[in-house]
Formats: sequence, structure tokens, C-alpha cells
Amino acid sequence: MFQRWQPEAASPTVTLVIDGKPVTARDGDTVAAAMFAAGLHHCRTTPVSGAPRAPYCMMGVCFDCLVTVDGIGNRQGCLVRVRDGMQVELQLGKRELGR
Amino acid sequence: MSAADIRDSYDVAIIGAGPAGLSAATSTANAGLSTVLFDEQAGLGGQIYRAITETPVTNKSVLGTNYWRGAELVAAFRSSGAQYVPGATVWSLTREREIGVSLRGGSQLVSARRVIICTGALERPFPIPGWTLPGVMTAGAAQILLKSSGLLPAGRTVLAGCGPLLWLIAWQYLNAGAKIAAILDTTPGENRLRALPHCVPFLFSGYFRDGLKLLRAVKREVRVIPGVTSLRATGDERVRSVAYQSGNRAEASMPVDNLLLHQGVAPNVNLAMSVGIEHRWSAEQLCWVPVLDAHGSSAVDGIAIAGDGAGIAGAAAAEWRGRLAAMAAARALGRGVAKSEETRAQRELAGCLRGRAFLDALYRPAKAFRQPSGETIVCRCEETTARQITHAVALGCPGPNQMKIFHRCGMGPCQGRLCGLTVTELIAESRGVPPQEVGYYRLRPPVKPITVGEVAALPKTDAAVYAVTRM
Repeated sequence: MFQRWQPEAASPTVTLVIDGKPVTARDGDTVAAAMFAAGLHHCRTTPVSGAPRAPYCMMGVCFDCLVTVDGIGNRQGCLVRVRDGMQVELQLGKRELGR
Repeated sequence: MSAADIRDSYDVAIIGAGPAGLSAATSTANAGLSTVLFDEQAGLGGQIYRAITETPVTNKSVLGTNYWRGAELVAAFRSSGAQYVPGATVWSLTREREIGVSLRGGSQLVSARRVIICTGALERPFPIPGWTLPGVMTAGAAQILLKSSGLLPAGRTVLAGCGPLLWLIAWQYLNAGAKIAAILDTTPGENRLRALPHCVPFLFSGYFRDGLKLLRAVKREVRVIPGVTSLRATGDERVRSVAYQSGNRAEASMPVDNLLLHQGVAPNVNLAMSVGIEHRWSAEQLCWVPVLDAHGSSAVDGIAIAGDGAGIAGAAAAEWRGRLAAMAAARALGRGVAKSEETRAQRELAGCLRGRAFLDALYRPAKAFRQPSGETIVCRCEETTARQITHAVALGCPGPNQMKIFHRCGMGPCQGRLCGLTVTELIAESRGVPPQEVGYYRLRPPVKPITVGEVAALPKTDAAVYAVTRM
């Protein structure tokens, strides 16, 4: 659970869609940070047991932030920056073939 | 930056834009060498100076003066003429110094006469029951959320573990007005005795002055529970509470919304090991450290390592290591290097290393938190448990590479970064041999996952086409 420290300092903003819902994020946020700020508790479920996972390292090494971004699976949410109109889906299980 | 702007070859390629990479690139570019700096992140600074050019946390007293040192390094880098390529994931490096780099979903190969690996450190695995639950993350990850997005934890936040970074982030949170419910300090009591012989140089180091101020400030404001010997995160779809034992007392627990774990950092070895640079187990730092000369050069011709990837020494040391590696590169490529500059760099580096032995000894993480047991997950990707690993050793599995065949641990997308140290130590302990004898995963390119399509789209030589098609 995270919140913006100084919401007024968060502008300019972009609007993207995460898990079907419109979300406002700070321009410069990573997808993973935007998901935390939007109050999402997890971003994927594992291919092995189906357990929910959330970003763990935020620096590109743990791969627990894998999400589908604009139709492409296995994107590291902590390395991808938000963009206006971006479509982010939770990645449930393993990456789907062809996505 | 588009892929077309990247040349086929450079005098010097530097991988990683933290303090070591920024300093190295600045120095080689200033020496007149064509220099490219590849970095996976979208902005300069590495993790220690993460988001230094764009952080929303502009009040300098929140993150502290040490953080803002990064802005000076960036300014020097920007005026050096070195080329900066952000969002660039380096996934291979050959002994001939050909670099495979992925940028915006496409890959290309770039050659360099000298390569300086500045891929830094990552946080040591902290395998406790429940460490995979949402709501549990590394303290460093939480700090990145603050630096890069101005995010503070909400609800009940507990920090657990040991090491300077744990106290630093607590102090930064207090500066920003965030609430910390408790710090569960896992520093083993006997570490004080271990550290004592190293205390004199530490007392004369910058760490002492800065560290003491910070510790006092945090301990005034936050409930600190010392001597924690066990930790367990519990919850359902996310963490709900943390159970702990302090000293000989019975297990207690407290509700949490955020559990932030940290027990030190270790070199990020994947790229360096994949190119065949020898690493040895450090009994002091409990991790793999590359075999390098005084300038950071490895036995692989033309490839050096600078920064925490050369062994944990901190940001100030990383700068000087970067400059020393740059001097060696400049000399090898026929540029003059003033002896006085070199002597100064060596002296400054020695000064930065003062006090490190004390910190290593004082914050040596407890065995209980490095070598888990039972159903605790060791490999987060493949969900391999400690019990599975020790059982496989009992069946005759001798090392981490064989363990892949038994349980796939280390074979997920993180490529062992989050389990490698634990697996080596667990096997060594079960076999009763030193970690050096057990070894590490054999790392191969690609050291970050890329698609087969990306590899297939690389330019191919006639010989490579013939090898596959025989036509």
C-alpha cells in the first residue's frame, strides 16, 4: 500500500488503463509505480502455483512485476514508463503464446 | 535515442549508469575516446542516484546530501561528450567484446575495444516464510518508489533486517513524514564482537559520522525491536501480519500492510560471469566477488569491472573505481594518463574503503536468514522450497547446476538473481563444504530474457547462415 507524498507535485499526469480501469499516473512513473499508486495489490499470478505477486525489487532483477503492456506479455512493469492511453493487463500465469 | 543512432563500434563501452559508470564514461570521453554508456533504466543515476534528474522529491533534506552527489556526476557526464543510451538492456557480452543490446524490442550488436561493466549490486535474497506475498518487498524497492515517484507507504509499515540501507530509508521516510510502525533489527548480537577489531578505521571514516546521526534520529522516532532471530510474513492474497522472535522470547506478531526487507547488497554478477570472469566466494561479504587487478581489469582481455560489481564498497568508492578503470582503458588505447591523477584516485579509493570491514562484520546477516528451511520458498520464479533443495543434496545433488535439473531453481526469468546465493549456501551447508567448492549457476547469454524473434532478427554473417541452412 502506497500513496503519493505530495499529490500536488505529481503533475503533469497521464491516463492509462490498468486491469480495465482508467488510472491517472505521474508522467515519469513506471507501470509498477503507477500500479502501487492506484492501490493495486498484485500485478500477476505465477505460472507455477497461481499465487499472486507484486513488484519486489523495482530495479529490473526480480521479474515479479511482469505484466502485459499494449498486448505484449512478459514486460517488466518496473522498467516500462507509463504513456497516455497505455493498456496494462495483469499477467495471469505464463505469457500467452503470440502476445 | 533511436537504434539508428548507435554506432557499430566504440573505443569504450560502459554498461550501467550508476556512480561507477558515470565516472568511468566521463573520464574516457574526456580522454578523447569514443564512449557509449548503456543503461537499462530510463534515467541516469543507477539505483543509488535513481531518478536524480527528475525526482519529484525536490526538497533536498528528505533524501539527504549523499543522494544529491549524483547530480554532480550527471552534470560532469553530460559535458563529457559520451553517448548515453537509456532503456538499453545488455543481454550478452563476448570475450571479443561484442555486446548484444536490446532497445525498444529490437536488438543489435555493438563492438568495443574496451568494456567496463558497471552493473552494480542487488539486494541480498531475504528468504523468509511469506516473502513472496504482495505487500512484502525489499527496502531498496520502497526507496526507489520514493525517489522515482514520490510514493510513501500507507497503512502499517514494518522494516525488517539489517544494514546501513535499512536505517537510511527509515530516516528518509521520517524526513518525508511517513509513519513506521517498527523496525525489526535482525543484526546478530555477536556481530558487535566480530566488528570490534575493525572499529578504529571505521571511527575515522565518513560512515561513522553520517551513520551515527542517522541511527540516533531513527531510534528517537521509531520503535526498534533488537535481536530478532526469526521472521514470518503471513497473509492471504497479500501480507497481513509479521511474526517474529526477539532474543529468547516467545514468538510475537504485529499487523502489517507493508513489510520492507533488507539484509545488505551483493554484486550483480550475471553479465560478468557470463563472459567468463572468475569469481571467488568472499567469506567476509558472503557473496561472489570477481578476480580483478587494482584498476578493475579482469583476466578477460579488455574487460574491466568497476563499482559494487567489483565487491561491495559503496557509492563513493564506485566513483573512484570507475575512474581507475577508465585510466587503464585510456592507457591501453594509447592515451596519456598523468601519474599524479592515478595516485590520487588510488588514495581516494583507499579512503573510501576505510571502515568497510567494520560494516561487513557488524551487518553480516544471520545464518537463519541466509539459509532457510522447510517450506520457505528459495527460488521465487520456480517456487522451489528449502526442503526440496536440502532433500536433493541428500540424494546426491552436488551443486547449483545439478539442482536446476532436480528442481528448475535458477531457471526462471530472474536467472538466479534472487536465489543463487541462497542455493549455493544451502548446498554448501548440507554437504559440509565451503561455498567456493559448491560454486554458482553457470551463467550464459542472454543474461536478460529476450524473445527468440529478437535474436532471429539480428544481422547474420554468411557463415552463420551456412551453419544452419548448409546453403
